[in-house]
Amino acid sequence: MKNPILAIGSGALTLGAHTNGVLSLLFNTLSWIVTGPFRKKPVNVRTVFQQMVFAGVQSVVIVFFISLFTGIVIAMQSAYQLKELGAVIYVAPMVAISMARELGPVFTALVIAGRVGSAITAELGTMKVSEQIEALETLALDPVRFLVVPRFLALVIMMPCLTLMSDLIGIAGGFLVGVFNLKINMYRYISFSFDLLTFKDIWTGLIKSLVFGVVISMISCYVGLDTRGGAEGVGKATTLSVVLSFILIVLFDCVITGIFFFSNV
Amino acid sequence: MREAMEQRETVVEVKDLVKKFGDRAVLNGVSLKIRKGETFVIMGGSGCGKSTLLRHMIGNLKPTSGSVFLLGQDITEKYGADLDEVRKKIGMSFQSSALFDSMTVAENVSLPLVEHTKIEPSIIDIMVKMKLELVGLRGFEDLLPSEISGGMKKRVGLARAIAMDPQIIFYDEPTAGLDPIVAAVIDKLIIDLSQKLNVTSVVVTHDMKSVMAIADRIAMLYEGKVLEVGTVDEIKNSPNEMVQQFINGNFDGPIKFFQQKDDYLETLTQ
Repeated sequence: MKNPILAIGSGALTLGAHTNGVLSLLFNTLSWIVTGPFRKKPVNVRTVFQQMVFAGVQSVVIVFFISLFTGIVIAMQSAYQLKELGAVIYVAPMVAISMARELGPVFTALVIAGRVGSAITAELGTMKVSEQIEALETLALDPVRFLVVPRFLALVIMMPCLTLMSDLIGIAGGFLVGVFNLKINMYRYISFSFDLLTFKDIWTGLIKSLVFGVVISMISCYVGLDTRGGAEGVGKATTLSVVLSFILIVLFDCVITGIFFFSNV
Repeated sequence: MREAMEQRETVVEVKDLVKKFGDRAVLNGVSLKIRKGETFVIMGGSGCGKSTLLRHMIGNLKPTSGSVFLLGQDITEKYGADLDEVRKKIGMSFQSSALFDSMTVAENVSLPLVEHTKIEPSIIDIMVKMKLELVGLRGFEDLLPSEISGGMKKRVGLARAIAMDPQIIFYDEPTAGLDPIVAAVIDKLIIDLSQKLNVTSVVVTHDMKSVMAIADRIAMLYEGKVLEVGTVDEIKNSPNEMVQQFINGNFDGPIKFFQQKDDYLETLTQ
């Protein structure tokens, strides 16, 4: 049995080293994006588009279903309470605001962490254990520029797009319940939704999604490039990447919401 | 001829290289000089540190102490873009081929050319065909690495390593896991490349048949140290019993694989 103080100490050191690792990967990525074109080593646009198709376009179906049913559920659950107050019409802004501020960005991020983040870690992890990362370095190609930057850009661009789509589909889900089940007039439902939904509700949600895009891409790339130990290592790395992304998404969601809440922006 | 060899310039120089992983020293003071145009073989048993030594020579690992000079430049002090400038002049053939499996054979070979040069795509296509022709592969350009055999992957890896016309080519176990004929083909390729293009080859292997076929000089590594360096004949006639045991593949000799009886009993009963 290990000395508990030693265990805590070495745990803290490992955590510190990895945090440092993720942050320096982020710094490295950003500096490639900014200085790459001047160093005559710009980002490969074709790879960025390939990654955008994978991360964004091919995630549309799953984001559609998650958002639609979330919107439906929120509408039904809030109607259950609002009926008591005779304020069923407030289902409309309730769904719109909670989708835009919270559920759209967070659910989209969780879906993308599971679908795209895991794939990135598995791919980079396999490349690491099969010497492909080393081969890139030997060919004088920086793995960060070649592999991390396109994935980072793709996620940072596609996350807000998917989130906006998720907001709208969630609102449409609420609309279905409001109009067909609660018998609210459909024009009234729409106008009431968008009257109470402010621009701020939308952009705070989009800022969240941008941060989640950074978190997912950095965690999945870092864990992927840090993989060791063959097939088993790739499996463990993929699990770790998804678990870490989930925790950090919820953590950053809490922090960002807190900042907006207390700063009264 | 021997003198002519010794007058040639040194392209790879390893000085007192020490590498420790934790407390275990994998390399324990290795010094070597490899001259231009020769085929230098580093041999030794599994786990003697020869792959680690190779990774220091290409700059993928940094030593605990000591230095590595590649083409006159100390690469242990170089990072990032500076290191990449030196790396563009070398090629590396990996044990597992390490082909990028999302790219076709042609894309694998053309990648360094596309990334590092401003050559027209149509000319790159021709260059790729020439490189693949050199390793005896034609008509496989559009296949993915998962669609070709292990021996073919090795040869594509080799074509990629020579894409930029390197001055030094490093080979990590080039014939491991290949059938005898393909192994002989790879050996022939290594000899051809060094004779036709006058490139320096550094080969890490424990395939003795291959060593005797390709080597100009041999270094034998044992427990992180250089046991002996010499030409093929010098190594063959070496008085060192460890070297003799290794090149003849004897079960019994100074290099013990199994523990002594007393130790064995002791570890079992502990």
